[in-house]
Amino acid sequence: MASTNFEKHKPDGSLAGNVLEWIDARFPLTANWKAHLSEYYAPKNFNFWYFFGSLALLVLVMQIVTGIFLVMHYKPDASLNAAGVPVAFASVEYIMRDVPWGWLIRYMHSTGASAFFVVVYLHMFRAMLYGSYRKPRELLWIFGVLIYLCLMAEAFAGYLLPWGQMSYWGAQVILNLFSAIPFIGNDLALWIRGDYVIADATLNRMFAFHVIAIPLALLGLVAAHILALHEVGSNNPDGIEIKKHKDPQTGIPLDGIPFHPYYTVKDIVGVVVFLAVFSIIVFFAPEMGGYFLEYNNFIPADPLVTPPHIAPVWYFTPFYSILRANTVNFFWIDAKLWGVIFMGLGVMVLFFLPWLDRSPAKSIRYRGPIYKSALAIFIVAFFILGYLGMQAPTPVYTIISQVCTVIYFLFFLLMPWYTRIDKCKPEPERVTK
Amino acid sequence: MSSDKKEVDCGRRNLVFATAAVGGVATVATAVPFLASMSPSERAKAAGAPVEADISNLSPGEMMRIEWRGKPVWIIRRTKEMLESLGKINDRLSDPASKRPMQPEYAKNEARSIKPEYLVVVGICTHLGCSPTDKFKTGAESGINADWPGGFLCPCHGSLFDLAGRVYKSMPAPDNLEVPPHYYLSDTRILIGEDKA
Repeated sequence: MASTNFEKHKPDGSLAGNVLEWIDARFPLTANWKAHLSEYYAPKNFNFWYFFGSLALLVLVMQIVTGIFLVMHYKPDASLNAAGVPVAFASVEYIMRDVPWGWLIRYMHSTGASAFFVVVYLHMFRAMLYGSYRKPRELLWIFGVLIYLCLMAEAFAGYLLPWGQMSYWGAQVILNLFSAIPFIGNDLALWIRGDYVIADATLNRMFAFHVIAIPLALLGLVAAHILALHEVGSNNPDGIEIKKHKDPQTGIPLDGIPFHPYYTVKDIVGVVVFLAVFSIIVFFAPEMGGYFLEYNNFIPADPLVTPPHIAPVWYFTPFYSILRANTVNFFWIDAKLWGVIFMGLGVMVLFFLPWLDRSPAKSIRYRGPIYKSALAIFIVAFFILGYLGMQAPTPVYTIISQVCTVIYFLFFLLMPWYTRIDKCKPEPERVTK
Repeated sequence: MSSDKKEVDCGRRNLVFATAAVGGVATVATAVPFLASMSPSERAKAAGAPVEADISNLSPGEMMRIEWRGKPVWIIRRTKEMLESLGKINDRLSDPASKRPMQPEYAKNEARSIKPEYLVVVGICTHLGCSPTDKFKTGAESGINADWPGGFLCPCHGSLFDLAGRVYKSMPAPDNLEVPPHYYLSDTRILIGEDKA
């Protein structure tokens, strides 16, 4: 055994080899390359659903790069310019009209926000299909839910920055949620806003959160997510552990293949398809009919008038529906506080998923009809909640959203019971095709 | 201290605890100015001065909006029919007698105003802070329901308020709209943001 790095890493004579050995003696470059790429063994049976992790990483990089270039022109300032338009709103219009290629960078960033949630929701659904959150991947899942929470905070803060009507009134509604908390609520909301109403102070701090604080937290969590994944190894569509069957000589899982080159190449196919779809949206439908960029947000913020119909962007609407579904004062607690509590619980319940699921099988392939039906009903309810969250409230819609809210929570709360009585098929020993 | 000794040096251990405790106190103390910097600045606090409204051009059945502390304040000049409708719907309201303190004492009456004709309220829904839309048309024409007596609809979560800003039962909004402190400088001028001295 070589006792120092310098004895281990000797030049091999070639120039490239010399440089690599010089680095490896000082920094674990080759060791990390091997641990995370060329000798990270992933199950060989990954399917379509396994594209979305790497795509999420791609979108993260894209958001950071486009974000840096937007900050070069954007001004977080709520005061009115000479034309009577808020400076922040005007600076976004300036990016769209006067900055060379500014429209492209801005639309990439705004479409990227929706794309981020699309791939993250599909990534989360994959975990629910194949039981990827189950032991030993509980912490991996928890890091994932924390990333999701950060993403929601990031998207919320970012949506305030154009200082349009939806920015303003959306932030008004969401920040007022804090005021529902008993005793400290009003002071807390005041502290978060930094003023008695949504104002310049609020805009500036949301800018600070959006460009510095949350991205830093997000990057740290993504690193933790990947480190946890590479520690326990990837799950797969069969939901069985490939580490149970290793080659006795090499110790490599028999059903594992090196991430690089096999999955890097596979993921490039996903990237190409994703970027094709993404480009079509950026070039032909960046507003996506009002779903990605709401029409009311092309009107500067007006503190005196709420637009006749306000709704959050699509990725928040299921939880917004849960908030609105609470219309009854119950016990001594206001409907308003119940709404906030249930909306919070709706996200928090995800943290407990690894322990709520008691099924003997991880993957949907070997689970029984009860879980399959429950998951299907849950997804339908989630979509209905998402749709209703975009609509103006009516008595009928309110009742439907109440039913769907109950289904949403029953899916999780009854899970320990129905997953245990479900008739599962036996899991295979080795992965299947 | 040699590493093979199993005994704990209590003096040194206590010193470690004491150092950690002092470090912890210093960390918390350092956090205070940063957290405090996020509360409203002195300039924001000073901006809450009262505003004056001129109601001489307001005709019956109309409303005007003015800005006070960054919030919309509505002044509604109610017609006789509007005022009569107030008493008829008490059973459909959450707090018809305005028992919860959402108004100054001088506005704690059925019309929730100093002069019944003029209602002065903060046009911010007590649910999550949207500004409700005026729905003064009555009945089916309002698009709300057939026996709608006129009032306000919050576009965000559907809370309904009557023409005195009182919230209907089973609505997301927990309270009646807030009546700000105000008084009449003259018959046509109202000062909003201050009680009469």
